[in-house]
Amino acid sequence: MAAQTVVEKETRTEEALDVPWNVVVHNDPVNLMSYVTMVFQRVFGYSKERAQRHMLEVHHKGRSIVWSGMREPAELYVQQLHSYLLLATIERTE
Amino acid sequence: MEITRTDDGDLLLLHLDLFLVELLRQIPLNADPGDSDAARERLFSVPTSSDPKANDDWKNYVHPGMRQLFETATETVKRDLETFEQMDEQQLDEPSARAHCTLRIPAGHFENWLNALNQARLALAARHAFTDSDLDTDEPLSLIDQRGLSLFQIHFYGFLQECLIRELR
Repeated sequence: MAAQTVVEKETRTEEALDVPWNVVVHNDPVNLMSYVTMVFQRVFGYSKERAQRHMLEVHHKGRSIVWSGMREPAELYVQQLHSYLLLATIERTE
Repeated sequence: MEITRTDDGDLLLLHLDLFLVELLRQIPLNADPGDSDAARERLFSVPTSSDPKANDDWKNYVHPGMRQLFETATETVKRDLETFEQMDEQQLDEPSARAHCTLRIPAGHFENWLNALNQARLALAARHAFTDSDLDTDEPLSLIDQRGLSLFQIHFYGFLQECLIRELR
């Protein structure tokens, strides 16, 4: 008797899909520009120039994608940014 | 007011008058959201705009640690501000009691001061719903009402933050 192939449906969670997540910092009128720059350097290890670029993007455009990658490290970065009282969220990349 | 650095790296705020002493004393109080939902939501923000479950998990598992961190910062500032008490009582009896107070911020406490000052600024701004134009205005600040005083405090605390950021570089 020939073996029958049984097809099983496989369900994958969003986290299992290899889709990058963005860490987004949002503007607020209170945080100092020098403070935001310092935080970006500390949290992400960015050079002062790169940190300032992101800070200015937040300031002028209202938001900046400061990092992209897997969800778990993205959440850890957001937690660190929140500890410095920056407004930050994670978003799935398009 | 004069700000200098000691040989062991501490920050000294010199020649503080009683008005500035009072503003500094109010840092821990201003950092406390109290009954202001707006202030609480600003200090304890959530990580997504579209995932209620993720936000609930954040509130349950991340916010308690955040609260502890923020309280450590404000408690440190409170303890440093207690050194004012000794100087104040002596100075108040003197004929010229103004501009004689000194505050020492130990170098090891700079990070806590930076965090507590930021909490205070953000909580004040949220409580009074200050906008970009409120904070950027060139108009002279009015200190005759609470709103005007709070705006002044935000700027004064911001000046102290800039001093600390410069020292931490």
